[in-house]
Amino acid sequence: MVRNKKIKVLLSKVGLDGHDRGVKVIASLLKEAGMEVIYLGMYQTEQNIVKAAIDEDVDVIGVSYLSGEHLVFTPKIVEEMKKNDLDDVLLIAGGTFPPEDIPAMEKMGIDKVFRAGSLTEPIADYIKNNIKKGKE
Amino acid sequence: MKRKIDIDQMVERLLSGDRRAAARLITMVEDEAKGHREVMKRIYPHTGECSILGITGSGGAGKSTLTDHLIREFRKQGKMVGVAVVDPSSPFSGGALLGDRIRLQSHFLDDGVFIRSLASRGYLGGLSKAVYDVIRIMEAMGADIVIVETLGTGQDEIDVIHVCHTCLLVLTPGMGDDIQAMKAGIMEIADIIVLNKADLDGAERSLRHLRGALAMACTEEGTWVPKVIPTVSVANKPGKIQGLSELASAIAEHEQYLKDSGAIDKVNFERVEQELGLIFKDELQKLIFKGLKGTGKKRKYIKSIIDRKNDPYSVVEEVLNVYLNPGK
Repeated sequence: MVRNKKIKVLLSKVGLDGHDRGVKVIASLLKEAGMEVIYLGMYQTEQNIVKAAIDEDVDVIGVSYLSGEHLVFTPKIVEEMKKNDLDDVLLIAGGTFPPEDIPAMEKMGIDKVFRAGSLTEPIADYIKNNIKKGKE
Repeated sequence: MKRKIDIDQMVERLLSGDRRAAARLITMVEDEAKGHREVMKRIYPHTGECSILGITGSGGAGKSTLTDHLIREFRKQGKMVGVAVVDPSSPFSGGALLGDRIRLQSHFLDDGVFIRSLASRGYLGGLSKAVYDVIRIMEAMGADIVIVETLGTGQDEIDVIHVCHTCLLVLTPGMGDDIQAMKAGIMEIADIIVLNKADLDGAERSLRHLRGALAMACTEEGTWVPKVIPTVSVANKPGKIQGLSELASAIAEHEQYLKDSGAIDKVNFERVEQELGLIFKDELQKLIFKGLKGTGKKRKYIKSIIDRKNDPYSVVEEVLNVYLNPGK
């Protein structure tokens, strides 16, 4: 019988970014790792993401960036999460961006950044080990 | 003591329409977390009034897109809508990819709509075990109607009829002839059959087959005769949508029929009977396996069955005897 707590992950893309191969790969791999992945699709706004995260009661929000908008959207997402008290939700980002941007992204409030080419096991392990929600 | 307070709080928040409380409670029910039963017991008296609409059909038939358009119709009527969408869990990893929200985007920011994705978590029949409770949670939060969308079904995943008041089966053209439509199982459960993608080739023929098959089915005088409604429900192309208001009317008509004919009583009776059966089955199994745990008996029983020294029926009778007649 499949039972016990499941980690719920919301995956999304934001803005005018139509490259969804990467995020689909991640969705598939996290599913293989036993997590329940809710995929929101492309062209989302920070409001859409946060509202869905509330209704779905997720443990993790994962955002995929491939069009150079990571420094624009990250603060907006973090702000929207703060506004809605989602401080117990892990925020991770992945995609293609210059490595020198990573410290900035982490400073903005992303818990962990995975660049394109990251192996999947570390991503799943990171999530498993860093879930913030002490669910009842 | 602390947990008691949490439960009070949770119930209060939920009944005042707090969607976070609803969201968290659904997780508790899904995870069978401690305290979820207590909360559900407290919520129960506040439920039983909302309409429940089931939507089923095979994967790719357009259930989610149709759901999206139906939400819009119900919102026009001023109703608050709860939506529970089920997708399958992997039998191997236990994980799931829940993708129905992609089709439900137009309602993301509407506070009158609460959408929740559920993984089936090994439950057969096209739903999630939590679905009965999820419906009640959504109602307690304020939903006037709850839409339950099953995972993609084949011929026999019919549990949705035990959950909803009105059941929609979504089909598409070219899915088979009238013999397919006459078969038992899923074809029999629909109150309304939706022929979606009715702009595709072969739609006329499919409509003919479906209507022909339904004409042959025996229905008692005065009972509901399933309707067939063709729709076109393309995502993001409002100009192309067809048949949605007809569908909404048919749903309202069925709801009215249930009330006027008193058939709703039978539906409600069967719903509770089904749910009780499920809980009993589940609890009894848990109870018995728990009782056998640590005694080594379960292993012995299984071994004796494999070795053909015993058989499953005799073992169950023996164990149940112990439980039902503990004195002897």
